[in-house]
Amino acid sequence: MKRYSAFAIAREGFRAHKGWDRAWTAPEPRKNYDVIIVGAGGHGLATAYYLGRNFGITNVAILEKGWLGGGNTGRNTTIIRSNYLQDPSAAIYEKARSLYETLSQDLNYNVMFSPRGLIMLAQTHHEVRGYQRTAHANKLQGVDTEWISPTRVKELCPIIELKGPRYPVLGGLYQERGGTARHDAVAWGYARACSAMGMDIIQNCEVTGIRTEAGRVRGVSTTKGEIDCQKLGIVVAGHSGVLAQMAGFRLPIESVALQALVSEPIKPCMDVVVMANTVHGYMSQSDKGEMVIGGGADGFNNYTQRGSFHHIEETVRSLIETFPMVSRLKMLRQWGGIVDMTGDRSPILSKTPVDNIFINCGWGTGGFKAIPGSGWGFAELMATGESALCEAFSLDRFRAGRFIDESVAAGVAH
Amino acid sequence: MSYRHNDSGRLIDRSQTLTFTFDGKTFTGHPGDTLASALLAGDRMLVGRSFKYHRPRGIVASGVEEPNALVNMGHGNRMEPNQRATTTELFDGLTAVSQNRWPTLDSDIGAMNAAIARFLPAGFYYKTFLWPRAFWKNVYEPFIRQSAGLGRAPTEADPDSYEHFHVHTDVLVVGGGVAGLAAAKAAAATGLKVLVLEQTHYWGGRTPVDGGKIDGMPAQEWIDATVAELEAMRNVTLRTRTMGAGVYDHGYALGYERLTDHAPDAEGPRHRLWRIRARQIVTATGAIERPLAFAGNDVPGVMLASAMRDYLVNWGVVPGQRIVVATNNDDGYRTAIVLKKAGLDVLRILDAREAGGGALMQEARDLGLRIDCGRGIGKVSGGKRVKKVQICVTTGTGGAMEALDCDAVAMAGGWSPVVHLWSHCGGKLVWDDAQAHFRPDPAKAPTGADGLPFVTTAGSASGPMALGSVLQDGAAAGTRAAKAAGGKGRAPKVPVAEDVEEAAMLPVWQMPARAEYRLKSKSWLDFQNDVKVSDVELAAREGFESVEHTKRYTTLGMATDQGKLSNINGLAVLAGALQKPIPQVGTTTFRPPYTPISIGAIGGSARGDIFQPVRMTPMHAWHDVHGADWEPVGQWRRPYAYPQQGEKVEEAVQREVTNTRDNVGLLDASTLGKILVRGPDAGRFLDMLYTNMMSTLKVGRCRYGLMCSENGFLIDDGVVARVGEDAWLCHTTTGGADRIHAHMEEWLQTEWWDWKVHVANLTEQYAQIAVVGPKARQLLESLGGMDLSAETLPFMAWADGELGGIGVRVYRISFSGELSFEIAVRAGQGLALWEKLVEAGKAFGVMPYGTEALHIMRAEKGFIMIGDETDGTVIPQDLGLDWAISKKKTDYLGKRAQERSHMTDPTRWKLVGLETEDGSVLPDGAYAVGRGKNANGQLVTQGRVTSSYHSPTLGRGIAMGLVLHGPDRMGEVLEFPGTDDKVYRAKIVNPVFFDPEGAKQNV
Amino acid sequence: MQRFTCPFCGLRDEREFSFAGESGKTRPDTAAEVSDADWSAYLFTGTNPRGRTDEIWVHTPCQEYFRMIRDTVTMEVLETVPLRRDPS
Repeated sequence: MKRYSAFAIAREGFRAHKGWDRAWTAPEPRKNYDVIIVGAGGHGLATAYYLGRNFGITNVAILEKGWLGGGNTGRNTTIIRSNYLQDPSAAIYEKARSLYETLSQDLNYNVMFSPRGLIMLAQTHHEVRGYQRTAHANKLQGVDTEWISPTRVKELCPIIELKGPRYPVLGGLYQERGGTARHDAVAWGYARACSAMGMDIIQNCEVTGIRTEAGRVRGVSTTKGEIDCQKLGIVVAGHSGVLAQMAGFRLPIESVALQALVSEPIKPCMDVVVMANTVHGYMSQSDKGEMVIGGGADGFNNYTQRGSFHHIEETVRSLIETFPMVSRLKMLRQWGGIVDMTGDRSPILSKTPVDNIFINCGWGTGGFKAIPGSGWGFAELMATGESALCEAFSLDRFRAGRFIDESVAAGVAH
Repeated sequence: MSYRHNDSGRLIDRSQTLTFTFDGKTFTGHPGDTLASALLAGDRMLVGRSFKYHRPRGIVASGVEEPNALVNMGHGNRMEPNQRATTTELFDGLTAVSQNRWPTLDSDIGAMNAAIARFLPAGFYYKTFLWPRAFWKNVYEPFIRQSAGLGRAPTEADPDSYEHFHVHTDVLVVGGGVAGLAAAKAAAATGLKVLVLEQTHYWGGRTPVDGGKIDGMPAQEWIDATVAELEAMRNVTLRTRTMGAGVYDHGYALGYERLTDHAPDAEGPRHRLWRIRARQIVTATGAIERPLAFAGNDVPGVMLASAMRDYLVNWGVVPGQRIVVATNNDDGYRTAIVLKKAGLDVLRILDAREAGGGALMQEARDLGLRIDCGRGIGKVSGGKRVKKVQICVTTGTGGAMEALDCDAVAMAGGWSPVVHLWSHCGGKLVWDDAQAHFRPDPAKAPTGADGLPFVTTAGSASGPMALGSVLQDGAAAGTRAAKAAGGKGRAPKVPVAEDVEEAAMLPVWQMPARAEYRLKSKSWLDFQNDVKVSDVELAAREGFESVEHTKRYTTLGMATDQGKLSNINGLAVLAGALQKPIPQVGTTTFRPPYTPISIGAIGGSARGDIFQPVRMTPMHAWHDVHGADWEPVGQWRRPYAYPQQGEKVEEAVQREVTNTRDNVGLLDASTLGKILVRGPDAGRFLDMLYTNMMSTLKVGRCRYGLMCSENGFLIDDGVVARVGEDAWLCHTTTGGADRIHAHMEEWLQTEWWDWKVHVANLTEQYAQIAVVGPKARQLLESLGGMDLSAETLPFMAWADGELGGIGVRVYRISFSGELSFEIAVRAGQGLALWEKLVEAGKAFGVMPYGTEALHIMRAEKGFIMIGDETDGTVIPQDLGLDWAISKKKTDYLGKRAQERSHMTDPTRWKLVGLETEDGSVLPDGAYAVGRGKNANGQLVTQGRVTSSYHSPTLGRGIAMGLVLHGPDRMGEVLEFPGTDDKVYRAKIVNPVFFDPEGAKQNV
Repeated sequence: MQRFTCPFCGLRDEREFSFAGESGKTRPDTAAEVSDADWSAYLFTGTNPRGRTDEIWVHTPCQEYFRMIRDTVTMEVLETVPLRRDPS
């Protein structure tokens, strides 16, 4: 792999950029691999990368039905944070966040991790209490967050209106090293690094069946033929149910549409990322200048990658209350992604009822920020059979009633 | 120079002059001008800078597809970035400022980027800015952000208003060109309701520019007659300045009407969002001309051929005096002919086709124009304005055969149907080889709720570009849509037009075909985002083979025009680089809206005070007058406290607690849910719903109950009163009222449908007032009307009666540990009773109290609060509420779930009281540290604070919390690290801090 | 925004409805032994189909639950019927 650098660009600039290699190769599948990962999204690629980097396992194929990074990795609002409440969540998201800090250098690919700071607004007393609790928990979890006053919120984000008639800003939970990254680059960077380690990324290759023998995986049938493997990792988000069914087990997963929109680009006016959970609105400004706005999820199964416009209306209306200036901006594009939600809204990183089949899914609305941590932990689980990062996210938690519930805001006040 | 040429200009009124400014300089124009036409009339060719290289940019198009001419308009709180000059109608006093340049448009420092463009190919930023690590956030990124971003953001709240329209129609026709009008006419003839939306302020689209005769009359006459005819029909609604913005599932569509953008002083809303429900949608959205990719095709003065013709015919404006036309199809000749007829100097027509064109070529030749076949443009020179064109062989490498000095270039690359609205909801496309474009595949239309197609395309949006076919297709689409929408009757006569025979076009994706890198790296595909042919080829070379990859890697088609000019050209270049047929490379997804729409319009009129409805109790206004500090609780607002003159909110809370404990307090408890459950099986039903037994409750008595989800977690609590043999009234939390009602309905309808029970949510039918404190009974007795003695109305009993002449139901229940009566009264009499209590209470020192005093008093008594002690992860057993879980029942919702291993785990944290050693208040939400770290390096915890207050009654801090083995560890001291870096130490105690014997409430 | 036909009120906008779950799930008989696995399947496991789906929805204004057969890919609504009535 030719290294990327300012020097390399300068050199290529003088020879019509003819010297750049393919970022990743386009091989035909071989007969046999030690590990097959199904799904070349961020999580699948990161898993393969850490299998190679941390465990020296490079006889790996990553099979992708469409194009790598073409699912939710390239269809989200790119927010990165780790100030989660529950210990297992905080652990995996903080692992991910800390890996993001050096990911560009690790991959020799600029993923544009931008720790510009992230504020979760508290707009009800209930949220104030919830976030103060999170701040306390984060302190013991080694996650760097702080509770900040409305005045500080305004300093960090001057376009905010503190005194909304309905949802005034009462403070916020601030993570200074939270931020955003370039979503496509994360997938591309991992893909390039995997390819450089000799792994085969096979695009346009759909898995049509999973072969098992005596409760153990043997291989997969694909649109590009039969491929054998010792271990199989299923990392296919919204299609997890379909793959699980091929392997003979079921998952507590629902697929729903989550919507987002961007405005036309404008000069920088907002440096931080702001999340307003009471009104289900998230906003940040991309490097191109677009205001990237995330909204809520539909409450029903849907595979169309488009949601209902009334959700966009509701998100936008609430944002106008908190950020009055957005009213004069224009919506450039709206879209939906299909997210996979579990029974407790936390992910599954787990062994399965079939030996040597592992599953990583259920990231719901929070998957992008977790990619490096998820890959790190899942690679460890696949390579060694154990991972402290993944342990709490096992499938059997639904049987034991050991949920990881981040939605503490579900409570009500008298 | 560009200028107002002659007395043509069908859309402008030359009798009036309007004045406007651009970058501070004053210009003039006429009513009917767009900002773009007026700028061209004033020789303002350079209007903006590109996104990445800050290249000088001129106006290239005449409509919504314009990528370059974006300006900042207005000022102060009416400032608006990225206004497209080509669709901005001119008005007197308009102020526009160019964007993305510093310090001025003419000398922009950012243009240095263009000088080093060879080092800034597609995706260069992924390959560099890697070191030093901290520089990305602090140096590189701020620089990139500052140089990107186009217009300046407004900073203040928007003073304009917006509104929504809700419309139902049988047929929606999007587009008021001749195809749309023909479709509307055909559909309207069946008597169905037809709504026609046109994005500009005039009807007929581009047809009057191109000319031709319809039904024997000049196109404009036919248009006027047809519009008049449609206007006269009662079943037809016509709307100009309204764009079809998006098509959604089940025949939902959005229209975006711009009401006052062209007349800012007019009254009324600025934009209106039409929320349309249509049985059938006809998209007569026209077609957009494609640019040609040759070196220097972005120099100001290079324009789409059709746009050049629009500017001349519509506004009497020309971009130059010596013009070269480059084309790969016959339509380009129309521009040359129009220019020539207007007396302009058309230096040369370069036709990429060896064999040239058909009748139009002949007409041009007859006009004396010089035509070079098999020739194209090798390069356009000029910085801020076209100066010279080098002519080359189309199939060659770009060697110049001849150079022409000129000041404008018209490029005609063929037409692509506008397929956006067709595609928004799943309509598929098919590649048309003859015209080299994607057009809608009628066999794969978007389908609606009934599984049948609900969108049909009309006119050039379907693919055909000649007037006669456009009319025919339009009329057929109208008839088809009307039929599908249930319309009957004969279709009217199809309008006819004579079409000129046209020769086949020749797809030209790079001009010349074998151009060298130095030319390809100057051949623009996406003008705004600076994506060139060389960038797409680089992406393909680097393995970005999917069109989605290439789009994202190069940013092709991701600018504010969303690739209206660049998508097909980019796709074709990618296909060429991959040596694949274009249809195999596919298209990217079209997302709404068609062109950007204001976020204000999406929000509509619900903003500020009417943003969301506020639910009010009957006493709401009284609270407001008496200084309530409001707390939003769901859609309700409840008084948090009633601070008096000069009193802080916290002080008010402490006073309210003390007064209630010493004298008597009033709480507006109307927001609590009140659900009546009635029927022969009501007792059985409630036994399933609550953890404890409700069927055994005696009429006249009350019982506190807990409700769990089927997953075992505590979801609500409240007092249940048996109000009749077969009737129970269930009180829920404020937030629980609707949720618990729905929960009950769901179980009754889906699972226990044969049980004879019905439920009614009476929350808003009754006001409820808690009269609380040692003097509560005295106060009520002073109103007179019923016996409230302990003997007649003991604790946890209720009685109907009268107080002060008002019919009431009195519940003797307590959430504060005080002698307490909750009085329910018909909502209409709530305020009257409240005021009587306030008046009569003066003698007893009555004061109202808010939610925070309520919280403190319940905490002093160790009562749990849903949402504080519970968070969706807590089961009743965690809270020491085993006494409220029936041991006799074999089943209740949540019981089976609570038997799972994790739920019965003895290490679950349990409820205790917590007391700091020094009497200070424990930080709310703090965690107690245990020993060591877990496998993920996190400090081990052994408990947390769930509620924490300063108790005025006890004069110190009190808290409740969940602690590992808590109830077995009384007296132990735990450490709670605060976020302020202090460590708080607190002792585990009984959670009932005040009056554990219940002496005060049981009097 | 979709439209659904409430079997009691008629055709209404999607925003008046809420999804309540897949059809066909019955609460296990708790008088008998129910394994943790079965309880978990009852609570959390659905078919989440890509295509035709059989669901229970509620029309919020009238509070009536009903059964809807629809398609999660085409968004076609095949049928809505009151509970305990067989779709055609």
